Amino acid sequence: MSDKNDKIPPAEDDPKVTQPGDGGIPNELPHHRKLLDKHAILERNATLLMVFAFLVVTIGGIVEIAPLFWLENTIEEVEGVRPYSPLELSGREVYVREGCYVCHSQMIRPMRDEVERYGHYSLAAESMYDHPFQWGSKRTGPDLARVGGRYSDEWHVDHLEDPQSVVPESIMPKYDYLRRATIEPEHVGDLLRTHRAVGVPYTDEMIASARTDFTVQADPMGDYDGLLERYPGAQVRNFDGRDELTEMDALIAYLQVLGTMVDFSTFEAADAR
Amino acid sequence: MSQNKKDDVTGVETTGHEWDGIEELNNPLPRWWLWTFYATIAWGVVYTILFPAWPLVNSATAGVLNWSTRGQVAERIAAVDEARAGIEARLVETDLAAIPEDEELHSYAVNAGAAVFRTHCSQCHGSGAQGAKGYPNLLDDAWLWGGARDEIAYTVRHGIRNEDDPDARYSQMPAFGDILADEEIATLVDHVQGMAQGGDPAAGPGGELYQANCAACHGETGAGMREVGAPNLTDAIWLYGGDTETLTETITNARFGVMPAWGLRLDEADVRAVATYVHQLGGGEETAPE
Repeated sequence: MSDKNDKIPPAEDDPKVTQPGDGGIPNELPHHRKLLDKHAILERNATLLMVFAFLVVTIGGIVEIAPLFWLENTIEEVEGVRPYSPLELSGREVYVREGCYVCHSQMIRPMRDEVERYGHYSLAAESMYDHPFQWGSKRTGPDLARVGGRYSDEWHVDHLEDPQSVVPESIMPKYDYLRRATIEPEHVGDLLRTHRAVGVPYTDEMIASARTDFTVQADPMGDYDGLLERYPGAQVRNFDGRDELTEMDALIAYLQVLGTMVDFSTFEAADAR
Repeated sequence: MSQNKKDDVTGVETTGHEWDGIEELNNPLPRWWLWTFYATIAWGVVYTILFPAWPLVNSATAGVLNWSTRGQVAERIAAVDEARAGIEARLVETDLAAIPEDEELHSYAVNAGAAVFRTHCSQCHGSGAQGAKGYPNLLDDAWLWGGARDEIAYTVRHGIRNEDDPDARYSQMPAFGDILADEEIATLVDHVQGMAQGGDPAAGPGGELYQANCAACHGETGAGMREVGAPNLTDAIWLYGGDTETLTETITNARFGVMPAWGLRLDEADVRAVATYVHQLGGGEETAPE
């Protein structure tokens, strides 16, 4: 193959190639002076390009995200939703730690088959105190948004210890160690404070009494009036049947409250959601 | 840009862009593609007019069709409810014991009940209703609280020992670990195991303990008592297990099996359907035995 391609003139003779030093920009033809052609300014200035790219993305963000913070019909006020009690919140920590969300969603979609199986479709307000929310996107196991009250505590213990003992076809792993893992309310006040920092309305009183509330919820013989006053409708039981307070107690307390806060016999769905 | 020249090789007009002698040809998009593209833009505009779309100050535009996901699901549920309304009304009105006389109604109740059972009951009682340790088998003719249709329906509706329904069936076996000595419990375990194989409920020291502590609920003959959900101890059917270890645990700490009140979650027709389904599984009773 010849080195020389006579279709391509040498650079110094090529009329299309601007020669360096004659005031022009090398290797460029004169530009069409139209508005759209002004983008050359951006293309030649990396910083300016970044600034304008950021502007474009910002506009997209403002249009798509910002209205969610002020439109009334995205933030529905629902009666009955309260922050989790200290024990429930600790159970939620166990739920997150064990990765339950990997297989279980907490989001009943507004579809007839889901409503028939799981109950009333989930409302945004029902997870307003969830940080992070546990909606999930994968249902290997069933949805848990309304699992509260659906099974007895004893069933939850049996099922978490050995799922196949009650549901032979289940592929859920065993969580029997939860019933052996005792927990102390040592850090529960901090846990509440952390959630308050991200917007959950825990009062000073709730944080001050977090430890007692934590312990008394699993002790039906204890003085739980304060707990019920602070967390209306909290269920007080020895959830796992053991004398010690365990992670199993906390997890079951959490599971048994899921989806039970809103009274759907009085709830009226606003249209246009 | 009419001044753009034509490429010598292909005869296609160039866009005027050129880099190092390489020119960009101005090959227009195929017409069908272009018009499809314009059509999607038009469709997008129409869509935002018909459906909820643009955020305004306090709310978003509702769209001229007034469509919402909530409205849609309510509509679909209403459509199915309406289709079922006739037969469900018959199911609610008909006396439970009379349902088998109406073949169509009975068939509907059994099939609807089977669906309810698989969704809500199978997790404890098993997908084949065979039960598990602590959750009664519903295929046999041993019933704790009664096996007639309306008794089953009552159990389903109000549940057992739950806190949600004041009408729930309720009883509580005492934890005999606080009442009897370990040796006495061991004797009793032995005695109860004997009763299950036809032993005399009153015989021996075990019989004495049995009559003093257990007979009030489980009956002098050990036949159980449905008013308090006390199991029959003279058959070989065990809810928690009949081996020595399990029986010792049962007598020492007692049991407190809970069933949720399904009347709070299911409507009356579903409760009646699932009661009819469970009744025909094998052990249903026409009337409660004396």
